[in-house]
Amino acid sequence: MSEPAELIAPEVAERVLARALANGGEFAEVFAERNAGMTMAIDESRLEAVQAGAEQGAGVRVLSGGTTYFAHVDGLDPDDLERAADEAAAALRAERAEPRPLQAVASTPHAIEQRPAEIPAERKAALLRELDERGRGAGAEIAQFMASYAEVRREVAIANSEGLFTGDDRTRARIGAQAVARRGETVETGAETLGGHRGFELFGDDPGSIAEQAARKALTLLDASPAPAGSMPVVVGGGFGGVLFHEMTGHGLEADHIQKGASVYVGKLGEQVAQPLLTAYDDGRMPNEWGSDAVDDEGAPTQKTMVIEDGKLVSYLFDGLTARRDDVASTGNGRRESFRHLPVPRMTNTYIAPGDAEPEAIIAEVERGFYAVSFGGGQVDPATGDFVFGVSEGYLIEGGRVTRPCRGATLIGNCLQALVAIDAVGNDFEMKTGVCGKAGQKVPVGTGQGHVRIGAMTVGGTEV
Amino acid sequence: MIDPARQAVEATLAAGASDAEAYAVEEAGREVRAHGGEVESLTAATKRGVGVRAWAGARLGYAFGTDLSAEGIASLGARAAEAARVADEDEFAGPPDPAEPAVTALELADPSLAATSTAEVAELALEVERVALETDSRVAGVEQAVYADAAERIAIASSRGIAGEYETSSCYAYTQALAEGKDGSRETGLGFGLGRGPAALDPAAIGREAAERATAMIGAGKPESRSCPVVLDPTVASSFIGLIGKGLGANAVQRGRSPFAEMLGAEVADPALVLHDDGLDPTGFASSPFDGEGVPRRRTALIEAGRLQAYLFDTYTAHRGEAASTGNAGRSGYRSLPGVSASNLVVAPGRLDFDGLLGEAGEGVLVTDVAGLHSGVNPVSGVFSVGASGRAIRGGELAEPLREFTIASDLVSMLKAVREAGTDARWVPFGGSVSTPSLLVGAMTVAGS
Repeated sequence: MSEPAELIAPEVAERVLARALANGGEFAEVFAERNAGMTMAIDESRLEAVQAGAEQGAGVRVLSGGTTYFAHVDGLDPDDLERAADEAAAALRAERAEPRPLQAVASTPHAIEQRPAEIPAERKAALLRELDERGRGAGAEIAQFMASYAEVRREVAIANSEGLFTGDDRTRARIGAQAVARRGETVETGAETLGGHRGFELFGDDPGSIAEQAARKALTLLDASPAPAGSMPVVVGGGFGGVLFHEMTGHGLEADHIQKGASVYVGKLGEQVAQPLLTAYDDGRMPNEWGSDAVDDEGAPTQKTMVIEDGKLVSYLFDGLTARRDDVASTGNGRRESFRHLPVPRMTNTYIAPGDAEPEAIIAEVERGFYAVSFGGGQVDPATGDFVFGVSEGYLIEGGRVTRPCRGATLIGNCLQALVAIDAVGNDFEMKTGVCGKAGQKVPVGTGQGHVRIGAMTVGGTEV
Repeated sequence: MIDPARQAVEATLAAGASDAEAYAVEEAGREVRAHGGEVESLTAATKRGVGVRAWAGARLGYAFGTDLSAEGIASLGARAAEAARVADEDEFAGPPDPAEPAVTALELADPSLAATSTAEVAELALEVERVALETDSRVAGVEQAVYADAAERIAIASSRGIAGEYETSSCYAYTQALAEGKDGSRETGLGFGLGRGPAALDPAAIGREAAERATAMIGAGKPESRSCPVVLDPTVASSFIGLIGKGLGANAVQRGRSPFAEMLGAEVADPALVLHDDGLDPTGFASSPFDGEGVPRRRTALIEAGRLQAYLFDTYTAHRGEAASTGNAGRSGYRSLPGVSASNLVVAPGRLDFDGLLGEAGEGVLVTDVAGLHSGVNPVSGVFSVGASGRAIRGGELAEPLREFTIASDLVSMLKAVREAGTDARWVPFGGSVSTPSLLVGAMTVAGS
């Protein structure tokens, strides 16, 4: 169990909350954090960029009327915390609420078997050397190979004027591999990652295979020809293909976008937004998954939220502030990058539940189309629903068969149209790790799905 | 902040390092977010931290922290020295030696920043929103109007005798307007401005720009797929220039990860495209007396007369490439190791104004927004395909709005296809700190319907 009192004594937290409300306000919160991490990389077979960081600090927030007053400081001494409280309250003039006495609420952090900080740095270096050897050994055309290792432990404590006092102890580890393949003038890259809300035990089962996967992607693309351009059926691969759903639907369900009218899903609750074969969740509780936490960054327990049930939109994703506005309960989606950021509604692990279709059959039914296996990333404007995805590994489908690899493809479309155009969901399933950016904050998120087919979508390639 | 930096250098040497360098930052900032005529959030932030590079002979390690107590600094030095022992030897990893700065008087801090009250900057954000809403009845809302500022003090000290400190300030405001068409379709438009202090911002102009960009897109359709002349407005051109700046960093070049590798002196652009990196431009937001490792900033010609004139170097890549540092060691705060990055990228204005560029394009597409740059561009080959929106150009004039299309090419082909640079240069914070006018590209693949 996590002990918030190790970061901030309850009597100090109570004093800070009282000061934060000194000039008025309905709600006050202090978020304290201590983090320590290490990263290293291998490039040109040389171990480099060994970095060790440690930070501690706190953010104090006061809500009054429709306004959030926020201040953050480095350091966790009572003086630092009180300074943050005074700064948050400085511009406030409102009626004052009395804070309730704190009641400690225990949380159960995700189990960590081997704390990365206790593993000698040499073992982490050895892991990267193994990746390097296997990536370079994957083919004579692998011209370059890079890999990185990152670990971080974040201990957080949250206290608020409603009496909540809780915390979490989060450890994440992740490795990434990137390969560059070259044949004459043709240069292609491939990348793969492995990460979790886990300790060093994450690397127990052949972590080096991600190096070969990255290399294989780059090598495959050497044979690629330019991607086609035009509208056609698109089959999206499992795992990282879930980025598509994350971008085109997940962001539009975050309650802050909804409440501002800046989402195409406004007013669509209870409506059929997809065909009945589609059911989707956001689940911050998945054990040891990359986007999981015990409690969110406002102290609300994380939960499994069904967002689409048999094609019908059934829930948005709320943090405390947006839940308060809509008079509903938080769905445990209040997340922040660090004590220097305000919590906003964010996804945790978002996925399309497995369907009935065999992945092979989903492809076999396509006469001419595009098979997008993984994406370099994507972007969506929640207000208009317009999105774009860069395809990092894609193939042409001809006569129901995957034929040749394509380079330089982009998928482009509109969320509502693309979501309703999903006409097959595979019975396979895989989760992948990602880092999601919103409002200038990056948080770890999981994305997942099996093979999914979109009836028609614009593929932007160079071959007109 | 020079004192904690010096203490961190001493602590790192005491922990066994053969050389040490500390980069210390102290920052105070504010942010106001306005929505619906009210202040949605008001943030007051203070930040301080130190990042230390430790050398153990030819091995380099890094550590950073926020605890500036004697104990915290001792621990920081020990962690940096320990990190160095894990790294492999690298003969090029040595620290820079002190050098005379090219300038001593750069005015980077605006005293009016501290003199402007939080209530005044909150009013500025509210005005941005108000103007965006009032400019055009088709503006249905504003996602958010944001004002933010920061005043920073940065210091560097090293065991080789580097010691320097400077102050800088900056602020910006932006908003995203939502316009609605008669059929209920929605479009967004961004307006922004930046300066060293709030006096440099024109809230009305920012609000108007957002409204005009959003309403201009109402009723947008897809263009026909074809190859045609394309005009990139400054906000779009800056993103591409930022990518080009990354490709011109010596690190990417030396490691064979740049489309500009082995092209020094070669023809890489049309002569109409002239590009400099200028770390001393008094109007540039990345200007400073010295870079992220204490080497004086300077002005470097990158592309002139259509040829690639230089790459950008920090100390590491200079050692490796037997060149001199161009003062291009960048840092994203105290948490990161310095690495090669552009300072201010400046594209020289050309001879035609914006209307002149449209006339010269004749039949083509104006691109006012791109999406998916981080995923749609291969940084090694420079091949890109990115989502875009903008306007059709017919008979040399702006015509109907266009969305949901892609533009595709590669960075070098695009530079060679530039026909004209405009006269409408402005500073844009996308892709780093870039000042560029609109650019007319002779031919690019446009994929729509």
